Amino acid sequence: MGRTLLLTHINVPGIQGFEVYRQTGGYRSVEKALKTMSPDDVVEEVKKSGLRGRGGAGFPTGMKWSFLAKPEGVARYLVCNADESEPGTFKDRYLMTHIPHALIEGMIVSSFALGAKTSYIYVRGEMMPQIRILEKAIAEAKNAGFLGDNILGTGYSLEIYVQPGGGAYICGEETALLESLEGKRGNPRIKPPFPAVAGLYGCPTVVNNVESIAATVPIINDGGEEYAKIGIERSTGTKLISAGGNVKRPGVYEIELGVPVEEFIYSDEYCGGIANGKKLKAVVAGGSSVPILPANLILKTASGAPRLMTYESLADGGFQTGTMMGSGGFIAFDEDQCVVRNTWNFTRFYRHESCGQCSPCREGTGWMEKILYKIEHGLGTQSDIDLLWDVQKNIEGNTICPLGDAAAWPVAAAIRHFRDEFEWHIQNPSESQTRNFGLAHYADPLVQTVD
Amino acid sequence: MAEEEVKFRVSIDGIPVDVAPGTTILNAARQIGGDIVPPAMCYYSKLEGSGGKCRTCLVKVSKGSEKDPRPMPKLVASCRTTVMDGMEVENITSPDVVSARKAVVEMLLINHPLDCPICDQAGECKLQDLGYEHGEEQARYEFARRTFEPIDIGDKIQLHMNRCILCYRCVYVANQLTNQREHGILYRGDHSEISTYIENALETDFIGNVIDVCPVGALTDKTFRFKNRVWFTKPVDAHRDCPTCSGKVTLWYKGADVLRVTGRKDEFGEVDEFICDTCRFDRKQTSDWKLEEPTPVEKYSVIGSNHYPEFNPPAVIKEDKKLQTANKEQFARTEKLK
Repeated sequence: MGRTLLLTHINVPGIQGFEVYRQTGGYRSVEKALKTMSPDDVVEEVKKSGLRGRGGAGFPTGMKWSFLAKPEGVARYLVCNADESEPGTFKDRYLMTHIPHALIEGMIVSSFALGAKTSYIYVRGEMMPQIRILEKAIAEAKNAGFLGDNILGTGYSLEIYVQPGGGAYICGEETALLESLEGKRGNPRIKPPFPAVAGLYGCPTVVNNVESIAATVPIINDGGEEYAKIGIERSTGTKLISAGGNVKRPGVYEIELGVPVEEFIYSDEYCGGIANGKKLKAVVAGGSSVPILPANLILKTASGAPRLMTYESLADGGFQTGTMMGSGGFIAFDEDQCVVRNTWNFTRFYRHESCGQCSPCREGTGWMEKILYKIEHGLGTQSDIDLLWDVQKNIEGNTICPLGDAAAWPVAAAIRHFRDEFEWHIQNPSESQTRNFGLAHYADPLVQTVD
Repeated sequence: MAEEEVKFRVSIDGIPVDVAPGTTILNAARQIGGDIVPPAMCYYSKLEGSGGKCRTCLVKVSKGSEKDPRPMPKLVASCRTTVMDGMEVENITSPDVVSARKAVVEMLLINHPLDCPICDQAGECKLQDLGYEHGEEQARYEFARRTFEPIDIGDKIQLHMNRCILCYRCVYVANQLTNQREHGILYRGDHSEISTYIENALETDFIGNVIDVCPVGALTDKTFRFKNRVWFTKPVDAHRDCPTCSGKVTLWYKGADVLRVTGRKDEFGEVDEFICDTCRFDRKQTSDWKLEEPTPVEKYSVIGSNHYPEFNPPAVIKEDKKLQTANKEQFARTEKLK
């Protein structure tokens, strides 16, 4: 059993409430940070821990914090990005539902480190129950003196507000989130300036994922060096992975970074293998926007080494043969799933969620969706595949925010690795309506050896 | 000792230029002028916050600055990226930029109705120019183009949402020039549209400027609608004492009639000064105005084609009597110009 830091007490009855959470050692980090450490010490610990942003990009959190501009007399803000809407990712919701105080505790420590007097948790609008849970948790923490004026008599004051979003995927992009938080239309801003210089209301702002903020708690409790001992190389600590799709035991798992993908899928400790005795066909390893990989490439890198659940190992081979850690939305597909249909479905999502601000993404996502609809419904032609490839290439890198890239990558990867399935769809228009392509050459190598 | 003005030296396609810090790459390129100026569909120098959206002005920064010579990883929007000292920018010399621009133009055109033959903007349309310069000959888009329900935004301004490329310029005009914002973007993605608040008419003093800033035919002048093609009308600069605006306009004549009044536009299609709606819509008599001089128009533009009618006949015409008779009109016009 791997070490867990965030979900250790998940099964303790009543952990949602303040009392039980406190009894299990909660809010120790607040006491430690506020009473014995300076804000810079906290930043230094987080830097030492090697914690990387858990929202998708994997940018080192400590470094992000140290970029925060600190002009005199200007407010600074910490904003927690709880607008979790990536298809396949549901780890933040799980954390907020069951251990809301872990987030609040992390918010206090992080805000203290950044010198923020006001912090916001921007929660996706659909998560109304979680918003109520968080508001209750904030009230409890305030009651106990961990929030509000003069926390624990240290002179540090902090208010945390929960802001429901409107349920737009684009508001998970940090600058769109800030726009939305300011009450405007959630369109991503053009960077620079970066939020660290001019963010919320034009003030320096740090936007962090729920899990990144919660992870500061064990870092402060045990020290950054202790945290950095978990994991491999530059992927330190633990990560919540939300496993879904055709696995036997879908759910949120906290893994030590460095667990082999094979173990994650097949071990009973985690997903427990592919459901119904089927074979693994493909995996989307980090939420819908990361490239899909066929089974042989997700289990082993192109060089034949076992692929591990780390930022580096998953990205091994670039986009040719690798993928990304992303936000940890691990979706497994069994042999009965259709990659074309899935790609179309993802593209449908991105078309719907594109903000419409910049032309390549606005027009391109719609175009890709229409082409994929055609192919999936047996109306495609061979040239459509090349056209689709062209369109995704024209979107990628030419947009304001990463949504364009996120829309282009799954399409590119699907064509790159599953081109014959697209071709089969086009060559057999009527048959493709009644059955799926199946496994073909990218068979599950593990199951094959057993056979 | 007088403080020396700090200037950044940047090179765009190998042409060096010294500009003030804080200048964007696009404006630096405009200072050089010519072919290397990236096209801009959404950026409007007079509107704060505009730009960055259409992505036609993408350029490649091959050298970040003197201090940090690393190239920028992606193509950047030149209208929103400020220059650094020693920056090297590639625009038309970079194949990446050329192909990205082609791609963006294609994206802008896939849902555009291409109804230029019945569009009042034709001839002074930025998207037309862009299409001619960077577009493909053949469309690869085979689906139905996006259409919207027409909405009426008053008796002065015609909104053609089907033609809109969502540059947001008109939204910035409404935000920054008028005292109340009456329209904005509804919905998102490829179904987002410019609309007014519950189909209100746009009725503030300066809202007519949305017509001038619109790069395409999405917002056109209803008082000029279907009256004439712009290249048959002749622009003349004029002014009047206007209590609300500067009163400096361009009148568009057809014969002795003023068909249309617009702001004075510079070579990049941006108005020098915004004009009020009274000047634009309600003063259409020559007697309302003090005429200045014919507006200089670019010789090789669509509009220019009707305004530079000097006829330089090739040798073959000079020698042949029949051909001279056939070109009588052209000779006569050239005579008149002299």
